[in-house]
Amino acid sequence: MHRPIHELTDAYRRGGLTPTAVAEAYLARIDALDGRVGAYLTVVREQALAAARESELRWRAGKPLGPLDGVPVALKDVLCTRGVRTTCGSKMLEAFVPPYDATVVARLRAAGAVILGKTNMDEFAMGSSTEHSAFHPTRNPWDLARVPGGSSGGSAAAVAGGLAAGSFGSDTGGSIRQPAAFCGVVGMKPTYGRVSRYGLVALASSLDQIGPFAQDVRDAALLLGVVAGHDRRDATSIAAPVPDYIAELPKGVAGLTLGLPDEYFIDGMDPDVERAVRAAIEVLKGLGARVERVSLPTTKHSLAAYYLILPAEASSNLARYDGVKFGLRVPGRDLVEMESRTRAAGFGAEVKRRIMLGTYALSAGYYDAYYGKAQSVRTLVRREFAAAFARVDLIVAPTTPNVAFKHGEKEDPLSMYLNDVFTIPGNLSGIPGVSVPCGFSGAGLPIGLQVLGRPLDEARVLRAAYAYEQATPWRSRRPELTA
Amino acid sequence: MIERKDVEHVARLTRLALTEAELERMREQLNSILAHLDTLRAVDTEGVEPTSHAVDVVNVMREDEVEPCFPQDEMLANAPDRSGELFRVPRIIEE
Repeated sequence: MHRPIHELTDAYRRGGLTPTAVAEAYLARIDALDGRVGAYLTVVREQALAAARESELRWRAGKPLGPLDGVPVALKDVLCTRGVRTTCGSKMLEAFVPPYDATVVARLRAAGAVILGKTNMDEFAMGSSTEHSAFHPTRNPWDLARVPGGSSGGSAAAVAGGLAAGSFGSDTGGSIRQPAAFCGVVGMKPTYGRVSRYGLVALASSLDQIGPFAQDVRDAALLLGVVAGHDRRDATSIAAPVPDYIAELPKGVAGLTLGLPDEYFIDGMDPDVERAVRAAIEVLKGLGARVERVSLPTTKHSLAAYYLILPAEASSNLARYDGVKFGLRVPGRDLVEMESRTRAAGFGAEVKRRIMLGTYALSAGYYDAYYGKAQSVRTLVRREFAAAFARVDLIVAPTTPNVAFKHGEKEDPLSMYLNDVFTIPGNLSGIPGVSVPCGFSGAGLPIGLQVLGRPLDEARVLRAAYAYEQATPWRSRRPELTA
Repeated sequence: MIERKDVEHVARLTRLALTEAELERMREQLNSILAHLDTLRAVDTEGVEPTSHAVDVVNVMREDEVEPCFPQDEMLANAPDRSGELFRVPRIIEE
């Protein structure tokens, strides 16, 4: 039953499968297995079955709403869903029921998608392991002792474990691409502004972007195509036409020039990762791509710039959780005591740490030295990418320096932050990137190849990922999950 | 180096009622993180304009048209405490 979306809808068209049967099968699998994986925070069984029945009528009438009609998807619990609680993995929003749908959710519903539920995440999307959900950790379907990555770990594990046909997450510093790499699925961060952020609970507004997780590149293209495009409710969304990503896929990589950045192969990275990524580049060469070395020297400073910009923006965004209009409230004698107790009780340790760090970095006397400096470094990162993309069409690199680590292995905040060194520059510069499976470590854990492109050039990014995927056997391997 | 009084000050600014143990742990962790972030000082950014945003979009305008907005009841449904059509908060102004 767990097969790519394009195969599911082919079967709906031919009548071999029905949306109801497929929704029931996914819900049964969630019942049987999600107790072990912990991908979901909320499953909306009745709503899903109702949506599937409506889809079934449309397919039967020969009038599906499009290529996602009747397809069971999961949504990271940072995307507002009307009438369905949206927790952000936090005690602060444990009981929050949004009165509206995020634009992404509204577009998925309009396309006939069957929403199965809301997936687990690091609290307020701060983390790289999905261990820091206030509710429960998520486990990697390839090895339940290991993390699925994060912060969109629930969405990645759901697709890897056959608990959803596709899913959506958000990527602020790698939170789609890193868990996609760890879970052996395709995960895409589109260009900043390509997908509306309306109804996405804000972490760092200048970096956040929504994107899909998929079983293969064709599905990722399909899912992106449904949600991409201008939205007047998000002033930062880009008013550019959305190409037919599927139509672009078969164009191959012959004649394209790929840049290989020296700075993405660093001391301390897992040799299995380096081997797999270098082998992937040979495959792309074999398919006709030219490969050139490029230099992105500010890469090594990206992490530090990011960990000033993100906490600064997050501390400001999270100021809204004050116990007044929605979310948790802990009583106090006066307003300040109520707010201070509410925030102390509602936020976990990592969230508090980043709010403190961000507020400190923005406070009087430190603004220029920290936040201002980080924003200038951000300019350098953008310039280096622009210079590289003047010479090459795409950049290929590892998604992460290592494979999935064990639960509890990275207790020190800094060592956790280092997971995102190869994904953060893409967020700082706003460019699109995809992680596509490119093999396995000696211990059988998935490895991700990252393809980065020019702003709004998702079509070419996906096209290269597709060419690579079609030439390699990795997507046929699935984790064995048993109840 | 961040000192204890700095941590207490920032905790007040951020409205986080931290325990003694949390304040001390926060001081240690912030110092360790800032030591890493201080490596940025080595980057030459003389004359480099800051980037606040990855996309060069400014002042997006649209027609100022009246549209329906959310019903008041739906907006108040998530309120921790309300009084009729209002959000209720603890006393702010002393009598």
